[in-house]
Amino acid sequence: MALLEIQGVTRRFGDFAAVDDVSLAVESGEFFTLLGPSGCGKTTLLRMIAGFDLPDAGRIVLDGRDLAASPPERRPVRTVFQSYALFPHMTVEGNVAFPLQMAGVPASGMAAKIAGALEDVRLTGFGKRMPHELSGGQRQRVALARALVTHPTVLLLDEPLAALDAKLREEMQIELINLQKEVGITFVYVTHDQTEALALSHRIAVMNRGRVEQLDEPSRIYGQPATRFVADFIGQCNLLSGPVLDCSGGVASLDVDGVGVIRAAAPAAVARGARGTVALRPEKIRIAASVPAGSPDNHVRGTVADLLYMGDVTVYKVGTERGARLEALLANSQSGRAQFFEVGDAVEMSWAVDAGHYLAE
Amino acid sequence: MDAHRPVSWRKWAVGGPPLAYLVVFFAIPTLIMAAASFRSPGEFGGLAPLVGEDGSLDITLESYVRLVEGTVYLEVFVKSIAYALVTTLACLALAYPLAVLIAQSPRKYRDLMLLLVILPFWSNFLIRIYAWMIILGPNAALAKAINGVRAVFGAEPVSLLFSSFAVLVCLVYVHLPFMVLPLYANLEKHDRALLDAAQDLGANAWRRFWRITFPLSLPGVYAGAALVFIPALGIFAIPDILGGPNDTLIGNLIKQQFLETRDWPFGSVLSIVLTVAALALAGLAAWIGRRGSAEVARA
Repeated sequence: MALLEIQGVTRRFGDFAAVDDVSLAVESGEFFTLLGPSGCGKTTLLRMIAGFDLPDAGRIVLDGRDLAASPPERRPVRTVFQSYALFPHMTVEGNVAFPLQMAGVPASGMAAKIAGALEDVRLTGFGKRMPHELSGGQRQRVALARALVTHPTVLLLDEPLAALDAKLREEMQIELINLQKEVGITFVYVTHDQTEALALSHRIAVMNRGRVEQLDEPSRIYGQPATRFVADFIGQCNLLSGPVLDCSGGVASLDVDGVGVIRAAAPAAVARGARGTVALRPEKIRIAASVPAGSPDNHVRGTVADLLYMGDVTVYKVGTERGARLEALLANSQSGRAQFFEVGDAVEMSWAVDAGHYLAE
Repeated sequence: MDAHRPVSWRKWAVGGPPLAYLVVFFAIPTLIMAAASFRSPGEFGGLAPLVGEDGSLDITLESYVRLVEGTVYLEVFVKSIAYALVTTLACLALAYPLAVLIAQSPRKYRDLMLLLVILPFWSNFLIRIYAWMIILGPNAALAKAINGVRAVFGAEPVSLLFSSFAVLVCLVYVHLPFMVLPLYANLEKHDRALLDAAQDLGANAWRRFWRITFPLSLPGVYAGAALVFIPALGIFAIPDILGGPNDTLIGNLIKQQFLETRDWPFGSVLSIVLTVAALALAGLAAWIGRRGSAEVARA
């Protein structure tokens, strides 16, 4: 049985269902992420697991026990808050000692536990500092140490890295992965940042409008999005929609407005005349001055309308002759050439039949 | 540095008038009073002439000696401090829950509730004290109810009026808003997430209050305590009107010296000792408060 089970949980605010009949199971030792745009219900769900909010329907079961009757202070669950919520009138040690004191841990064993928790987050020697004397990243670590010191069954993290700058965020991501491995505690992580979710998680539940759109491993969430929403929300994606002209041998032909007929791998069951969408990642599109030899199955001519130089790659926004816009991504050459095409250049885009992912509508 | 120069005269233009006001109407009178405390009383009040008929200069420590030698004055001081202390603690006990209630109310009700707290200031101070004479009077419902219950047990009727009880009740009543306002101002700024975090970390409501809310509110407690304690220490109208013969406080004593006994030097001595005591206590409170808020600062 799974460690944490969300069973048909619904939470309404007036007419609005913030969380709408969500069911999912988190395994022991898992790094599980709730990912979605703001207002998708991920934080509401997290607050219900912590006990700050109660479901209108459904059950939250932890370790086989229904949590409905337990107030937050009685749940074996700890939260790392977005604002860290460190107690400003206590030292780092005082903050980390707080949950131990609440749990009635005898004073004799406390110092070792505090030292251990601070060592886990690499803050040894910072015990006597006050929270306002620490940097953002250090405060983040104190919050982690404070939440982990009592070895909770589940650690809930509510956008814990949102307040950090990009470089520090990346460092902390790596530390979080290592920390989770080290302590072996189940993490339930809430974020709206898809790259963060992909980098950290064992599994991701992509949420939209209070529902789980897809629950899967990061590579499948990225590579085989289940819905248009997931394809669009996770990374950049060209969504090519149109009626299915033909489907045979696992390949469907779609008539996409502004692009033309494209061929894409599709499940055998796709019927002629149905509408389908092919989700095509920009990095799967080859972009060249002319149709290359041994050309892949799909190609379309266009003109570079915009380009974004990103350092490692350049993103080209290409307008097709018939008025559609596709996004293609090209790694910048090692010779240091910054870009291959200029705005206004005519280009040929091509991609393989199996480059895109077919979505039924 | 030149760019900063204009700021200097602007600073004085803004801060100068109130400063001048305080110098003229507070600092100089205080100095005059300090000087008066080293003089002898005049025959018909006021001060004796600075240069006597025999050419001697009228500078004396007589009034200070009198203060030190007369144990009755020490008693009045101690009693005044005790009354002010009780008033402060009672105000704190009453104001704290009220301030928490207001701070946790929906924003749209807060202004109304604060308005209600300061509403008593809209009527005259003395009228409010006289109102207590009616409330605590022998014919009012309160005294009748208490004496009715006492009669059942065969006890003598008591008078609520002209007693320490009446003085303390009114002291608390008058000073309560001065405790509520700074406490509210502090509690209103508390980060709700800290209480969530404390609860998440296993603290029940009682421990959340004593470990988080109360320590973080200490600057407000100190500010409110100073605002209540210091005026309560010098008050004379309330014991005059509602107190019994044993409720003479230092404020009454000072008033007597100036208006009845007409011993200005001794009144000055009492005033100065009161001012120094109040300053010392305010300084102490500020020092403790600064220590407390330094820990709380920049959360």
